[in-house]
Amino acid sequence: MLKTFPKGGIHPPENKITSSKGIKRMPVPKAVNIPIAQHIGIPAEIVVDRKDKVEIGQIIAKSGGFISSNIHAPVAGTVTKIDKIIDSSGYKKQCIVIRTDAKNETNFAEIDYPLKTKIQLEPKEIIQRISDFGIVGLGGATFPSHVKLNVKEGKKIDCLIINGVECEPYLTADHSLMLEKAAEIVVGVKILMFALKINNAVIGIENNKKDAINLFKNIVKTEVGIEVAALKVKYPQGGEKQLVKSILKREVPKNGLPLDVGVIVHNVGTIFAVYEAVQYGKPLIERVVTVTGKKLENPANFWVKIGTPIKDLIAEVGGLPEGTRKLVNGGPMMGKAIKNTDVPVTKGTSGIFVISEEEASRGETKNCIRCGECVFVCPMGLEPHLLMNLAEKGCYERASSEDIMTCIECGSCSYVCPSHRPLLDYIRFGKIMVKKLETSKN
Amino acid sequence: MSQPIIISASPHVHSDRTSKKLMYDVVIALIPAFLVSLYVFGIGALIVTAVAVISCLLFEYLIQKFLLKSEVTIGDGSALITGVLLAFNLPSGIPVWMIVVGSLVAIGVAKMSFGGLGFNIFNPALVGRVFLLISFPVQMTMWPTAVENQTEIADAVTGATPLGIIKEGLMFGETMAEISSKIPSLTDMFMGITGGSLGEVSAFALLIGGVYLLIKKVITWHIPVTMLVTMAVMTGIFWVVDSESYASPLIHILSGGALLGAFFMATDLVTSPMTKKGMVVFAMGIAVITVVIRLFGAYPEGVSFAILIMNALVPLINTYFKPRRFGSKIKSKIV
Repeated sequence: MLKTFPKGGIHPPENKITSSKGIKRMPVPKAVNIPIAQHIGIPAEIVVDRKDKVEIGQIIAKSGGFISSNIHAPVAGTVTKIDKIIDSSGYKKQCIVIRTDAKNETNFAEIDYPLKTKIQLEPKEIIQRISDFGIVGLGGATFPSHVKLNVKEGKKIDCLIINGVECEPYLTADHSLMLEKAAEIVVGVKILMFALKINNAVIGIENNKKDAINLFKNIVKTEVGIEVAALKVKYPQGGEKQLVKSILKREVPKNGLPLDVGVIVHNVGTIFAVYEAVQYGKPLIERVVTVTGKKLENPANFWVKIGTPIKDLIAEVGGLPEGTRKLVNGGPMMGKAIKNTDVPVTKGTSGIFVISEEEASRGETKNCIRCGECVFVCPMGLEPHLLMNLAEKGCYERASSEDIMTCIECGSCSYVCPSHRPLLDYIRFGKIMVKKLETSKN
Repeated sequence: MSQPIIISASPHVHSDRTSKKLMYDVVIALIPAFLVSLYVFGIGALIVTAVAVISCLLFEYLIQKFLLKSEVTIGDGSALITGVLLAFNLPSGIPVWMIVVGSLVAIGVAKMSFGGLGFNIFNPALVGRVFLLISFPVQMTMWPTAVENQTEIADAVTGATPLGIIKEGLMFGETMAEISSKIPSLTDMFMGITGGSLGEVSAFALLIGGVYLLIKKVITWHIPVTMLVTMAVMTGIFWVVDSESYASPLIHILSGGALLGAFFMATDLVTSPMTKKGMVVFAMGIAVITVVIRLFGAYPEGVSFAILIMNALVPLINTYFKPRRFGSKIKSKIV
């Protein structure tokens, strides 16, 4: 029996067209745009000036508080501009622009570190390094990783879960990374187990990636305390709360964190970044990005420097196909539509999804026929149709008491609605209004 | 980029299910029962169905176009279903003008006056049927008996339905053993060679349609299975205690509107609960009310009334039988 979460979920067509294509290295871009707010929390503070020369891996913006993260120069070059530029959120955000120094060899050196299994740092040093080297959650939420690892007194952690689920259709960044860097990822897991002083870790992988499951099962045979869990292919299997439930049968309480049930969850990409930072002192300056879409000439997975404009990636896969109507930063279920291709890749960019005319337009919104499908698929046990109505009519207090804030915005309700009702759009709006209401009360 | 880029919130993909497809799946599921009704009741079945469908569509069109001056949505399949289901709940010899009146009540009163598709509280076809049953009880209970390949409506022999025969027989103090010789065999009831409303006679055809709906995931098992099992258990208890005065569960399930109701009327998406727990409660309520009416009420059959009564309780059921919120009760142990 494959493990899974009991309530709700959907199974959209997987469309993992890039799963066996490996990871190519993107050519170094001519310039990079680095937003200083590319993690959840306080934006980083810029510590460079215009015309400064920077080395690869040098800190260019320092963590602005506890929940914040350092940002490093992905290329060696010159800071040409510090300005507001539109990022994937659609708003203008403060960015550092660095022009790549074409003569600096460090920019083009092939970095391929040999596997290094011996852990030399002490637990405290490991967590410090993760914080210093700008590691954030690479699954998409970009939560600063060191915050998760600083377990408060009184909280007991007994299990680390590694999220290799990648339940978003189309995306294969984590999958291809797992295939290429499995041994390194297992070392990364051991580093975190050592840092957290725990003896159990489970690597959760959806069953549509059997090659990765078998690969990891082989590697962890000789390891103590590391398991591989094959999970049923069901969206949102990779949602943190769903994953904890699937693997350990523990239910994270409402408004709680996995920490409350003794678990810490990290994405496989994050684990690999931890490995490189701890073993080789490499800051988070690049990541794997899937560039995909049915009409693309050459969809692929790339190692991409943070700050690379998305247009470079699109040029690399053969350009935007005729009739492209939508560009998404992320996957089709939870990604954000972006306005133009100048938007840079950030630490949270797991994929670029190019959508054609036929797939892009939403169906006409019809009357709710009260079929209850949205209720059946909601993994959080909510009633999306009710929440949409409440948000639409401005009944925010009632929406709050109907647990609107626990919505994880997975989009399953909007996906299945046979009347094409914009359920999640209204729920998001309702959440914003509830938050406003709560802040105004305090 | 030459064309405008669409900016919208996630999700950016959608399943290929549409409400229109769901509606037409229901129509497809009704075809087997329709074919049996043609075989059993002949041309009369065709006339009743055609009149009901055409008048339902026409009334919806007229109301939307001239009264509400809104978008005309007769293509969405919902009025078509109402028409077919109304016809399925009528005897095949009913005067045409009554069908038209029934359609007007179904579409005009039960559906459009509540706000149209999705807003009606009661199943429109059943409101139409019950309106006719109460207004014209004689014509509504003149059941042409099943004559294979019957072609002439005027000369059709009329008789009572199995449930009617049982009710009457028991009233006159006959035992079930005596009555059973007057009602069709279980095999005939299963195949549809029996008296009754157009669409309700053949258990076999209704099951085919029901299974189709389950496979296509238009409905879930919760309502039909709960309703039929509850009915069988309840009538079974009475039957075991006193098999001389109560019909067997099998007769109850195979006769009357039990199967048509369980698969096609109670499962109407709009007028049934939206949670699975709620569906189970709803279906149990229908079964209990049906059995009480059948065994102790004045009418031999009670599925229509039972469904309408439970329809009225659906908002309440939706309020009290909510899905369990994730993380609301922590069962899992922290090691």
